[in-house]
Amino acid sequence: MSTSTPATTAVVEHLDRGPLSTDELAAVIARDIPDGSYVNLGIGQPTRIADHLPAERGVVLHTENGMLNMGPAAVGDEIDPDLTNAGKVPVTELPGAAYFHHADSFAMMRGGHLDVCVLGAFQVSTDGDLANWHTGNPDDIPAVGGAMDLAIGAKEVLVMMTLFTKTGAPKLVPSCTYPLTGLRCVSRVYTDHATFDITPDGARLRETWGSTAADLAARLDGIVPPHG
Amino acid sequence: MSRAQVLETCDEAVAGIEDGSTVLVGGFGFAGMPFDLLDALIRQGAKDLTVVSNNAGNGEVGLAALLKAGRVRKVVCSFPRQSDSYVFDGLYRAGKIELEVVPQGNLAERMRAAGAGIGAFFCPTGAGTTLAEGKETRVIDGRTHVLEYPIKGDYALVSAHRSDPMGNLVYRKTARNFGPVMATAATTTIVQVGEVVAVGEIDPETVVTPSIYIDRIVRVESRHYTVQGAR
Repeated sequence: MSTSTPATTAVVEHLDRGPLSTDELAAVIARDIPDGSYVNLGIGQPTRIADHLPAERGVVLHTENGMLNMGPAAVGDEIDPDLTNAGKVPVTELPGAAYFHHADSFAMMRGGHLDVCVLGAFQVSTDGDLANWHTGNPDDIPAVGGAMDLAIGAKEVLVMMTLFTKTGAPKLVPSCTYPLTGLRCVSRVYTDHATFDITPDGARLRETWGSTAADLAARLDGIVPPHG
Repeated sequence: MSRAQVLETCDEAVAGIEDGSTVLVGGFGFAGMPFDLLDALIRQGAKDLTVVSNNAGNGEVGLAALLKAGRVRKVVCSFPRQSDSYVFDGLYRAGKIELEVVPQGNLAERMRAAGAGIGAFFCPTGAGTTLAEGKETRVIDGRTHVLEYPIKGDYALVSAHRSDPMGNLVYRKTARNFGPVMATAATTTIVQVGEVVAVGEIDPETVVTPSIYIDRIVRVESRHYTVQGAR
């Protein structure tokens, strides 16, 4: 059951349930990826979106270590040490797959040919800055991988994350405190509690699960308006 | 010498790598890592090396073994921190190795530039982040770009699936990764291959790395390594 606020751009509120599970969130993101897109799913939770993209959607997965039309994870005899995804997990190839070297792989990303990438995040700012590569803790060994290239390269950069940290602090923030991966690069943020569009006027709620828009806006200290 | 040599052993293939060299090491994790050449480099003894590679070694084999042997002064890579990168982690935390982290696409493109004779290039990746601090920038078409310089190797160690005696190379699946780019970016490119076929047996339309980039070829027995999981 969905209800809507009477704002100009209505927020869809799902109040008959709690926040989304990771798998449900993956399904919501998959729903919004256009059929036939070329898509890169970042290491970690975003890889689960692939489970919700059936073949008839025609979505082609890119993996930055040099492949298009990557298939599901390899099992048993399918495992081939020469065929892995960006997380170094053994995968399979689908008919129509192509292999290419690293410079080509990042050129197709940076060159604006990749329609969508979905990345995890520590924080996203309301103007679309992304922080997902380094905690900033001096004891942590920095490792960026392809995160900065993806953040500025794909036509649409979507973020998949929980809205709050384990201690309850919002991860959608006025300004990132973690080291940045890319500036003003995120177009939409998908979280367990709500999805947000990043607009020239800041973040705007689109859809909520388990909370009203007004409640979430309050929990986020008013950094988003309680309407769309 | 522009013509490639086919050598009998990996020890011959890595002969002459000097202390202090910059060595480009192919592979993405274990896929495409030139394990046999790295083992030979450990036996060869060159030290004080700068290694350019995507990762900083997994487990205690291949690149991690070279690090463990204390031969590497500096690692230039995109992703050193992994679940099984404990050799690098230990050296780094003990202050025994330098690290330069480079975004993965910049790592590839900077080597491509080296191989293609490009003096430097402006790239939007990393603009406004700590990895671009101190670098020259320019706003092009409304977007901030960072000036990036080539990364050139003294040597490249690459693994490929098949070659002919001239050095035309074919790779296999995602083990291709950095191989074709690194092969262009070093003064001396050394390749280990699973098989060497006669000149003319590789369809010219399928050659990925043309022979001009290859200096030394050695055939190795196929070896299998456990594929590591993510991070």
